[in-house]
Amino acid sequence: MMQNKDIKRLSLYLLFAPFALWIILLVILPHIGMVVLSLKEKIAPRVYEYSFANYLEFLNEPIYWNTLLRTGSMSLLVTALALLIGFPIAYYIAKIAGPRSRGGLFLLCLIPLWVSDLIRAFGWILLLRETGVISNFLLWTGLIGEPVEFLYNDVAVIVGLTYTVILFMIVPLVSTLDGMDNAMIEAGYNLGGSGFTVLRRIIIPYAMPGIVAGCIVTFMLTAGSYLTPILLGGKNSSWFTEQIYNQFITRFNWEGGAAFGMLLLFFTSLVIWLGLKLSGQTLANTVAKS
Amino acid sequence: MLVQKKATPFLLGYRLYVVAFFIFLAAPLISAGAFAFNDSLFPALPWQGFTLDWFFGDTEPKLGMFHDRRLLQGLYYSFVIAIFVSALSVFVGTTNAFLFVRGEFPGKNFFYIMMVVPLVIPGVILGISILVLASDTANYVENRFDLELEFLRPGILLVVVGQFSFIATITSLVITARLKKFDETMEEAAFNLGASRARVLRTITLPFLRPAMIAAGIVAFLVSFENFNTTLFLVGSEAPLTITMYDRMAKVGSTPVLNAVSFFLMVGSGLLALLSILIQRDRSGQ
Repeated sequence: MMQNKDIKRLSLYLLFAPFALWIILLVILPHIGMVVLSLKEKIAPRVYEYSFANYLEFLNEPIYWNTLLRTGSMSLLVTALALLIGFPIAYYIAKIAGPRSRGGLFLLCLIPLWVSDLIRAFGWILLLRETGVISNFLLWTGLIGEPVEFLYNDVAVIVGLTYTVILFMIVPLVSTLDGMDNAMIEAGYNLGGSGFTVLRRIIIPYAMPGIVAGCIVTFMLTAGSYLTPILLGGKNSSWFTEQIYNQFITRFNWEGGAAFGMLLLFFTSLVIWLGLKLSGQTLANTVAKS
Repeated sequence: MLVQKKATPFLLGYRLYVVAFFIFLAAPLISAGAFAFNDSLFPALPWQGFTLDWFFGDTEPKLGMFHDRRLLQGLYYSFVIAIFVSALSVFVGTTNAFLFVRGEFPGKNFFYIMMVVPLVIPGVILGISILVLASDTANYVENRFDLELEFLRPGILLVVVGQFSFIATITSLVITARLKKFDETMEEAAFNLGASRARVLRTITLPFLRPAMIAAGIVAFLVSFENFNTTLFLVGSEAPLTITMYDRMAKVGSTPVLNAVSFFLMVGSGLLALLSILIQRDRSGQ
């Protein structure tokens, strides 16, 4: 092929331009702006000084770091639950269901994937509240004597969050397990492995990229979620995104809000980085593949 | 145990678990949708009979969603935002696909990671960081040149930009995956037959990418429509539907008109999701 080198170079620049504009203007610069803002301290109206005051306030106020720790630990719990509940479902769809029901079951997972958090939380509210479906049903069966409020506690928040993110765990798992040759599993059995050994030594290592991809997305969505904890947890939900919102919108303390935002970003990035290191995966072969 | 298909008690239990899971998956969605048809002022049991008032009713207290001006406005703004976001994201997704599949340049792996990163940043953070940068810029221009840049204040443009910042990653990944499967000898054959670069792109490469571009556009539309976290911080007076619904829920409490909207959105997003899957599946079989 006769290739004009200049044309090739020009088209490379033209293709690089939208990418660079997107990443620089909408990702890198805004985050630099946020770091700068978070390091400003208001010492008088319209007078600012650079300091770590906003971060020190976070450390000195137990409510703030307790909320971050609570958000982090509950998000890890939700991620673990989503994996434990979702893995058998994904395995069933990819490896056990017959060829016809496989497509149907996977479709049942894909179609509601993009239903809004708001609608999901709304559905749970109608089920769980005092006048809700479950309370009414239990009254009708006579198991309880008077209406019970199932909302506004940590269990409701965890159930709601797990529900909201679980499909983002199952879909990458199905894709990964689908590519696995059944002969590998059979070979494991033929060599005398028990069901548990085959699972631990063959299936899980093979599915690792899908597991890590699902865990990263699930964890990030949970830690960054806003609607589900607030709607299902009520006033006591203490979710960190709520603190960020309060600083920004309610108290109009943008410097403090930016610092909180950086802390959340730092925290989620740290967890994701640790997860990748411990599992020996990279972002390119996990999240980018799902 | 894990592949045998004989009817063991283990397999039976496993099947029951799968059934239970799909009930769990469906229950909240059904309860969000079904009460739209209950002839009652509250979305709760007992069932009072079937009605379509929460869609088409034109008088209070049963003002249906198609007569509720604020909800309709929200729907309109969501639609406008989603159209712009998906058009922009498909365009950038396509250029990114060519950049990373065909381009050779130093630091390619690093830039590829940079492309994926917006997907693992919490949406709230993307929202506030773009809000901060836009406001800083607007304030600076105002103080320095005494010029008010209205478009950098919270409003439709910032919502579009904020959603685009991570949806572009999704479309890039979908279109890149498709372009990787392209057989480049097809292009070479066309070149050998004397076609120009533009013509090859228009008649061979882009038609090959079209299913992925359409599917990516649909997914971008859906993600934009349901987005809340990023939008929350960037929204001005033109609130899209999720924000309007949340306001209504917080201020008025849950009314069946919200069930009607939920039903409408679930059916719409379900059908679009199905369409995007079918488009991708049809072509990949060929």
